[in-house]
Amino acid sequence: MSTTYTVPIGPVHVGLKEPVTAWLDLEGERIVGAKIRPGAIHRGIEFMARERNPIQVIYLSERICGICSFSHVIAFIRAIEDLAGLKVPPRAQYIRTLVLELERVHSHLLWAGVACYTIGFDSAFHLGMQMRERVMDVLELLTGNRVNYGVATFGGVRWDVTPELAKAMREMIRYYRREFTPFREIVMADPVAQARMRNVGVLTRDEAVRYSAVGPTARASGLRVDLRKSSPYEAYADIPVEPVVPQDYFGAAHGDVLDRFAVRVLEVYQSLDIMDAALDGLPEGPYVAEPNVNKVLASLKKAEGTGWGIIEAPRGDDTHIVSLKGGDDNVFWWKVRAPTYANAVSWPLMFRGNELADAPLIINSIDPCISCMERMMVTDGGGDPLIVTKTELLERCRRKTFDLGSGIRTKGAGTGGLEGGTTK
Amino acid sequence: MIAIFMLFLKIFAGAIFLALVVTLALLFDGADRIVHAKMQRRFGPPLLQPVYDILKLLGKENIVPRRASRFFFRAAPWMALVSTLMVFLYIPSGPFPAVLGTEGDMVLIVYLLAMSGLMMAVGGFASGNPIANIGAGREITLMMSYEFPLAIVICTMAWTAYRLGMPGAPFSLETFTAVSVWKAVGKTGTFGLLCLFLSLVMVIPGETGKGPMDIPEAKTEILDGLIIEYSGANLALFKVTFALRSFAMAAFMTSLFVPFSLAGLLGSGGLLVAVFDFLFFWVKVFAVQMVFVTLMRTAFGRLKIWQASRFYVLKAAGLSVAGMILLSIDVMIR
Repeated sequence: MSTTYTVPIGPVHVGLKEPVTAWLDLEGERIVGAKIRPGAIHRGIEFMARERNPIQVIYLSERICGICSFSHVIAFIRAIEDLAGLKVPPRAQYIRTLVLELERVHSHLLWAGVACYTIGFDSAFHLGMQMRERVMDVLELLTGNRVNYGVATFGGVRWDVTPELAKAMREMIRYYRREFTPFREIVMADPVAQARMRNVGVLTRDEAVRYSAVGPTARASGLRVDLRKSSPYEAYADIPVEPVVPQDYFGAAHGDVLDRFAVRVLEVYQSLDIMDAALDGLPEGPYVAEPNVNKVLASLKKAEGTGWGIIEAPRGDDTHIVSLKGGDDNVFWWKVRAPTYANAVSWPLMFRGNELADAPLIINSIDPCISCMERMMVTDGGGDPLIVTKTELLERCRRKTFDLGSGIRTKGAGTGGLEGGTTK
Repeated sequence: MIAIFMLFLKIFAGAIFLALVVTLALLFDGADRIVHAKMQRRFGPPLLQPVYDILKLLGKENIVPRRASRFFFRAAPWMALVSTLMVFLYIPSGPFPAVLGTEGDMVLIVYLLAMSGLMMAVGGFASGNPIANIGAGREITLMMSYEFPLAIVICTMAWTAYRLGMPGAPFSLETFTAVSVWKAVGKTGTFGLLCLFLSLVMVIPGETGKGPMDIPEAKTEILDGLIIEYSGANLALFKVTFALRSFAMAAFMTSLFVPFSLAGLLGSGGLLVAVFDFLFFWVKVFAVQMVFVTLMRTAFGRLKIWQASRFYVLKAAGLSVAGMILLSIDVMIR
């Protein structure tokens, strides 16, 4: 078998939730080479943000992603709050934590279902989808929406957790504690699922460090990384969170798809505990610092500077950096670094020694959110793509630094920088 | 004169029987989808959904890819369908003998099933699509894996029938429908038969391309694999073939291992009893299909091709060899 086929997985593929293309070189069923080609779903959201004021951008940031929309919102809002020095009342912080954890449950359940679907285990997929309805019902009860909740605002949240909602949430937590365990056991004890997920898409601990994997992908490789512990935000300072790593539960971390499954599944239980604790400790008081949006906008118009917001999204670290210019209504610039961007570079490693049958599962195993990831397109303005290699980019950066340092700005050749390869 | 009359009678009976078989296969497929959905706590499609699908596909454009080998691409669905349909001419249904029962036996049935599988692979190879090629390659690998345990099961059954002196030709299915093989063997033999039965249960998903062995048509991996380029009437033919293959395996299994009839309860003789027995046969086929096709495909995920191959070559074949040895001992010691 020396013939090598090149087979694309994607951009539109039954096994994938979002468009990304993996060009696989196959010898028979074995993968001998893999190239990942994203670029099918770039929408230029950051550019759109430059024509909107920060309040409008909240709802724009929600549209970066469907399922982890709230993480993006919170990361964006925290970045603005960071630069403008806005204070958030404790009750709002707790409510944000609650919604973040609801979203984590939502996201992990969806992922677990889709992972089962990818290996042809449709029954578990339908079970997972059915369980996911409950958390979506609770989110709908709180916010009126099943996805894209529109619940957060600067200096707080827009909806309060009423006693009825707290009751519904407690009921939901009880429901998941009861119903989720059978699901976990059905999948993790199933011999076929074991055969499909064990030792597939392995990312070792060292590689996870070297390729800066984040979130459940890194934790499945045995790294104790969780921003909720290392850099607590919102209510996580009050509620202790331990990173879920497979070696604590199963003795050893394999870094394979089954470990990623286990980490996500166990994180659902952790989220339920966090929600319980947050409901117990929900402080009294206002849930938004300044309910008048116009006043907030006026204060943001005066604000100037760059703010950071980094949170632990269901898929890993979500970083937003926002800059505002004093006297300007609109967002000056905004940079989003979604977890998938960090995790996607590990894909070629995970493909090593695996088979075509594993490819969609491996792609799904990092829970990719391509629409989160695609923040940049390299273009020449005329429509012809200009690809700058890493070495070239490094060379240009050095030249620019050199030029800046020497204070000599020569015209034409040598100005370097990112001219030509415009990055936005 | 009589020979010509018999020929026409057989053609007539065959035509009616095959029409009935296709209808039943599609109905059973619909039932399979409903039961599958109910087990997943879904509503599922209406019973006639497979029929609607076929009708819709028949009205659709029939696209032959530019890079396909036209002749094989068009011939493959027909050949697959015809060879699967021919299986039913050799399977006796309840009290009625198989239409061509005297002209063919179990070996032919296995060959016809292999033929239709092969034709599906040919269609995949002919479509000129790398993904279909992978699917076709998987189909061939899978077939080579499950034919071995299947062959052992059939040969052992025939040898047992021959040595125990069951009336009729040893390889003929009618031998097994006439006398229950479970009653013919002793205690050791019952265990042997159980082994063979389980090994045939393992072969069914591979043969029908469903359940844990839907590898050649794996939707989330290779996008329906070998039928990826098929559309319109050709795809309809393949859909019918898939439904028929599940049905054929269920009927084959029923004839071989579930030969119990109502005749004993209702008393023998009489057309009414025969009709009841005939219906009862299809009920048995339905039950077998629900348990060994629908339940299996609901309960398990999909294996990888080398895992499936290893499963058949080691586990299923091992079980069938164990059955063979147990049955041999049983025959020897009596």
